Amino acid sequence: MDFVAQLTLFVLAIFLGVELITKVPPTLHTPLMSGSNAISGITLVGALIAAGSNDSVLVQVLGFIAVVLATINVVGGFMVTNRMLAMFKRK
Amino acid sequence: MNLSQNWIDIAYLIAAVLFVLGIKGLTKPKTAVRGNLLAATGMGVACVITLLHHDIVSYGTIIAGVVIGGVIGAVMAKKVQMTSMPQMVALLNGFGGGASFAVAAAEFYRGGYPDTVGIIAAGLAVLIGAVTLTGSLVAFAKLQELIDGKPLGFPGMKAVNAVLLLGSLLAIAVLVQNPGAHGIFWAMAVAALVLGVLLVIPIGGADMPVVISLLNAYSGVAASAAGFVMGNSALIITGSLVGASGLILTQIMCKAMNRSLTNVLFGVMAEGGSVMDQDEVYEGKIKSTSAEEVAMLLETAQRVVIVPGFGLAMAQAQHAVRDLADTLEAKGVEVEYAIHPVAGRMPGHMNVLLAEAEVSYDKLKDMDAINPTFEQTDVAIVLGANDVTNPMAREDKGSPIYGMPILNVDKARTVVVVKRSLSPGFAGLPNPLFAMDNTLMLFGDGKGAVVDINAALKEG
Repeated sequence: MDFVAQLTLFVLAIFLGVELITKVPPTLHTPLMSGSNAISGITLVGALIAAGSNDSVLVQVLGFIAVVLATINVVGGFMVTNRMLAMFKRK
Repeated sequence: MNLSQNWIDIAYLIAAVLFVLGIKGLTKPKTAVRGNLLAATGMGVACVITLLHHDIVSYGTIIAGVVIGGVIGAVMAKKVQMTSMPQMVALLNGFGGGASFAVAAAEFYRGGYPDTVGIIAAGLAVLIGAVTLTGSLVAFAKLQELIDGKPLGFPGMKAVNAVLLLGSLLAIAVLVQNPGAHGIFWAMAVAALVLGVLLVIPIGGADMPVVISLLNAYSGVAASAAGFVMGNSALIITGSLVGASGLILTQIMCKAMNRSLTNVLFGVMAEGGSVMDQDEVYEGKIKSTSAEEVAMLLETAQRVVIVPGFGLAMAQAQHAVRDLADTLEAKGVEVEYAIHPVAGRMPGHMNVLLAEAEVSYDKLKDMDAINPTFEQTDVAIVLGANDVTNPMAREDKGSPIYGMPILNVDKARTVVVVKRSLSPGFAGLPNPLFAMDNTLMLFGDGKGAVVDINAALKEG
């Protein structure tokens, strides 16, 4: 993907994010933060490619570190968000 | 297995759509759980499809990393106390930044150097990722009280920060010219790690809600930058969504404290023009009360508003408060909760703490909704909140907190303040609310006081 296409995506996604997130009520701001943390664990996608490549040892070590950290983010983030939201659901 | 890049990109698009729908679900408590599941599904789709990427030839390292990370993440999510949620989010921010740092560094070293855009993006991802990593760890240590919550610093700190930042940017420029300069690359990474520590360490405990929100934004931007390096649309879109979220929350927190972001990051609290003497404010005007007396007041009340602060969470009094509210509601009293945006230690923290005690979310009112109703409120009970109820913020132009939006509890017919002593809050200021004619002070431990009031109310 060329740079301009990437930049277009980036800028439009920021506008979308602002529109979406201003609609989240203050009551749900903590789950929003932990949930957005979980989805920022999408870095895992890049980490998997680095860790699974047959590149130099350095790349694989960096990839391994990234996989561990991003997985903590994804698993911890979604699970703790779910735990909090379940408390809001019950009456 | 080989899968064409187009199919992988389409799967990433599906994942991005699921993330957007997931965040959309978070706009209402009723749909929020489903939203979170949609986002998790999106993550699953993105990860599974990535495993089919032609660059992935071995799975050993991946499996080890996912198992280790998964177990740590699951244990953290299960074990964490709701009062410690800010620490948990601070750590997750840090790990997110660290992951982007590592991915960008790996990409920098992978077969051949990236083009100019790729090097700049990799540099920025390493820079922002490293700042997020160490900055979040310092924020975690402050929140966990491993280090002093007070602002720490040394003379010339800002100059050192400026040198570190400019040096890092210069290093990126050098790398564009000469991508093989590995020493420069790692020197920049170390400078960024140090910068993260120095940026957060001078920020006081009261400002942590701003810092956590801002680091949240950084972790998103770092992910986005990593996306530019890899040419990965999923990372770019998701990172910018998270970045936008963090920025909006940062803005909300700053507004709630009436401080600009630069002021939080680089300044100290404005020195008060008129230094108020605590004795002068309080002397002879404090009326102390007892749990029985408060119970009698509540007996005849029609509308009661509870104003919780972080002190309530520290005393683990959420459940006792809920019991008291139940007793009042059984007697036909209307009970609502007034939540200041910075009542907890991160955005929305107090709401989570009360939700844990099974307080229905429709009784949790934000500042703008509750403030006009204090005049029709018979009793306002302030529990562990201080600065956010200080009328000086509204009335005294010389006060350091002048202009900060506050909860107008002083407009209620009677205000009951439950507090251990007259000690000041984070802002270090006396609170004239405590000395007002319609204010009664109930000195003691928050939880014990609430339990006593409830017991007296049940007897009466």
